Amino acid sequence: MSSNSKIPSLKAINELVIKFANVNGTGSASANNMFAKAIFRMGIPVTPKNIFPSNIQGLPTWYEVRISEKGYQGRRDGIDLMVAVNPQSMAKDVQAVRPGGYFFYDSTRPLDIRYVRDDIHYIGVPLTDICRQEYTDPRQRQLFKNVIYIGALAALLNIEFTVLSDLVGDQFKGKQKLIAPNIHALELGYQYANKHFSCPLDIRVERRDLVQDQILTTGNNATGLGAVYAGATVAAWYPITPSTSVVEAFDKYASRLRIDAGTGQKNYAIVQAEDELSAIGMVIGAAWNGARSFTATSGPGISLMSEFLGLAYFAEVPAVLINVQRAGPSTGMPTRTQQPDVLSCAYASHGDTKQVLLFPSTPKECFDLTAQAFDLTERLQTPVILMSDLDLGMNDHMCEPFTWDDAREYDRGKVLNAEQLDALTEKGERFGRYNDVDSDGICYRTYPGTHPTKGAFFTRGTSRDPYAVYSEDGDVYVDNVDRLNRKFNTAKQILPKPMLVLAKNANKKSDIGLIYYGTSDASANEALDNLAAKGVFIDGMRLLAFPFHQTVEQFINDHEQVFVIDQNRDGQMRTLLVNELDALPSKLIKLLSYDGMPITAMNICRQIEQRLFTENTSKKAANSASSSKGGK
Amino acid sequence: MTYLRPDFRHPDAPTNDLGYTSKDYEGALSTLCAGCGHDSISAALIQACFEMSIEPHQVAKISGIGCSSKTPTYFLGNSHGFNSVHGRMPSVTTGANLANRDLKYVGVSGDGDSASIGLGQFAHVVRRNLNMLYIVENNGCYGLTKGQMSATTDIDSVNKSGMVNEHQPIDLVNLALELGATFVARSFSGDKEQLVPLMKAAMSHRGFAFIDVVSPCVTFNNNAGSKKSYDFVREHNEATSALDFVPMKDEITTTYEQGSSQEVTLHDGSVIHLTKAIKGFDPCDRRAAIKAIKDHNERGEILTGLLYVDTDPTDLHDMYGTSCKPLNSLKEDVLCPGNATLQSINESFR
Repeated sequence: MSSNSKIPSLKAINELVIKFANVNGTGSASANNMFAKAIFRMGIPVTPKNIFPSNIQGLPTWYEVRISEKGYQGRRDGIDLMVAVNPQSMAKDVQAVRPGGYFFYDSTRPLDIRYVRDDIHYIGVPLTDICRQEYTDPRQRQLFKNVIYIGALAALLNIEFTVLSDLVGDQFKGKQKLIAPNIHALELGYQYANKHFSCPLDIRVERRDLVQDQILTTGNNATGLGAVYAGATVAAWYPITPSTSVVEAFDKYASRLRIDAGTGQKNYAIVQAEDELSAIGMVIGAAWNGARSFTATSGPGISLMSEFLGLAYFAEVPAVLINVQRAGPSTGMPTRTQQPDVLSCAYASHGDTKQVLLFPSTPKECFDLTAQAFDLTERLQTPVILMSDLDLGMNDHMCEPFTWDDAREYDRGKVLNAEQLDALTEKGERFGRYNDVDSDGICYRTYPGTHPTKGAFFTRGTSRDPYAVYSEDGDVYVDNVDRLNRKFNTAKQILPKPMLVLAKNANKKSDIGLIYYGTSDASANEALDNLAAKGVFIDGMRLLAFPFHQTVEQFINDHEQVFVIDQNRDGQMRTLLVNELDALPSKLIKLLSYDGMPITAMNICRQIEQRLFTENTSKKAANSASSSKGGK
Repeated sequence: MTYLRPDFRHPDAPTNDLGYTSKDYEGALSTLCAGCGHDSISAALIQACFEMSIEPHQVAKISGIGCSSKTPTYFLGNSHGFNSVHGRMPSVTTGANLANRDLKYVGVSGDGDSASIGLGQFAHVVRRNLNMLYIVENNGCYGLTKGQMSATTDIDSVNKSGMVNEHQPIDLVNLALELGATFVARSFSGDKEQLVPLMKAAMSHRGFAFIDVVSPCVTFNNNAGSKKSYDFVREHNEATSALDFVPMKDEITTTYEQGSSQEVTLHDGSVIHLTKAIKGFDPCDRRAAIKAIKDHNERGEILTGLLYVDTDPTDLHDMYGTSCKPLNSLKEDVLCPGNATLQSINESFR
């Protein structure tokens, strides 16, 4: 079977979605990565997404690549080209192709008749046969099959072959022996496709200069690197998908950049703890003792860490927690993305507790906000939780390059040293750990071991007076917890401010708003563009932090209705807005996506248009009803 | 509880090498029940730190939750303390120790805190050989919640309301030995002669030093039939040996009788001199220690004293190869690789 000229073909240059259907554990990931990277190196914006099972070998896994010269980086519905090399998922995969699209398969054996549609094109390449002829080692047959289909795609989609061969060179730097066989495998696929099909297809890529100096990396990599730059010295963690690669990245960079040249000693420590409770306990112990420390986890870990988070909130100990969110509840869908921990993190732990949250949406922001989180947690003396998610953390995203201001100094917050303690005594003042002398809710602390006779205090999860002495006096308690609220008001002023994206509507002010955060950003921006093109003008606001800055309240007040995008079932950010800002619930409209896949612009548009359409129709109906009433 | 304590300091009160009196090592007034074994343990710690001339602020005191975990308020008032959450003292101490390896860490816990809710953390801090003194003030019951049985309550022990324990107890000393602890001892809160030198030796040990101190609960577990009452422990404890601790800098002046004594030199050069009560007991033999504890247990006796010590242990920092300088003292110049390096890292993402 091959491309059929009677079927209308999709036509697109640099605007397409290619999906690879593989079996996990067969080495497809590195070949697929090479595909995405080749597009990137041709200067065309690209967004790959790994859709993988909670399994090591044998189950279906997908890799979806969106290519968009318009620069849209959200997921897009509909597949233009399916590379179907997994028989297990073929029935479903064939249905996902858009009419006029292409279905690439291994034609060593004839395609099951049930998978034949009359509105798509079939491209059969006998991958297994080619491998059987070329290689004797079964593992090589398996691995090179992936490289061969990448070679074939290069011919079909017009990918520059030299870009691919350069990538092979980069990938196997230091393993020279592997370069030639990999390039040979690429050539096998390339030549087969050129010989048997009219290449390139009507959907294809062309070199552009749209990438510029941007980089392609994962949020978790950026977060680990950010922690190195921020001066984190203690990392304690317990392995959990999708956060594991955060500490792995920290380890990777620290083991290169944090070794004492003279002694070979490590200027950092990483502990794989026995569980998440222990991990956060270590982070708190280290931060109490003046080291910058962090942990990384996901939903189940947040549940386990909650008691300690309450202690750190109440005893006012810094801690940086990276939450790479995944679909819950319970074990949920551990390898699927969601934003399901907004409420459990904002109010983590029993009692009147609140936590500071940051919401990155790109690897660049993962890097910047992680670095900032260490300053914030020490300035505010309270935990700071970076709310990443599986999509951001584990998938490659294109973003601005990382930069660091070499003049930047870490903000270690209000910490008194021995001289300052002596000076305090000379002035006749008494050090009080919880004495709000600056009236901003943030008090001065000391590290253990600072002074032989001054500044020692007892850190506790029990109620205490301004001098850290245990107290069950109701007034003392109220003073203290009210001060903590004062501290959260201070936090609002120093946390990153929300980003406002005003509708490009010159005629009049928009009365509809859209609030979103984290990985909804790319699709939200695309949706706002698409709606504006249809004459629906909406102002956008992307949240970057909790507690909310006053401009969030202002934004809600300034619009008649505000859609709130949440990648969870219950509209958790909407609930938080209603609860914290006394916003009118009827004004805030849930816009949800929670199937475990990153939200698409099309989905956002559909939900907004449906709502507006329904409102318009009901308004019209109401108008006509009232006018007919009036007529009687 | 003791309500009154005079501020008066005798002008001739003895001072240690640093010029501190023992009062400088005291803390706030105890709010525990009068006669509580835990207060004796606090007093022993004060004496040990005073006699060893430890700078009070060079100690960090960390605890979990329970009567025992309240005690760090009652000693070393010039040291920072951290009363954390139930059963999680080991993790907080681990983080603190990683941040600053130069301080001495004293963890105080109880039988509920370590043998029940915190058994997991206890096991793992032993495995990591964290350089700390870990004291369990073991009264065989939950004092602060009014006398429930605990995981260390001995079999057939009768509590105040007449209930008999039928569950197997967890012996933290044996568990620590099995898990590879490098310093293990058991003592009795009523035996300061033994407890003080044990604490000194434990604080000189470079690694995880565990002391299980049987510490009777006068209010809820001091009745007839209890196996953790003052009377029972006094009648049923046998010490491996009498101890003398000689710090590294001091000369050994006492002469000991040949044959019945043994000297153990710790990593820092200090010496534990043991005058043996049990013939042939060798505190450097882990298996023999486990056997001796089990033998005594079968006879209904409690074996106390120094049970095992590894004189050349590898602590967590050794395992990790961390900097000799405390991590919390490192600044931007050492910690931050700078923008030029970052730009070359960016290159790897293109």
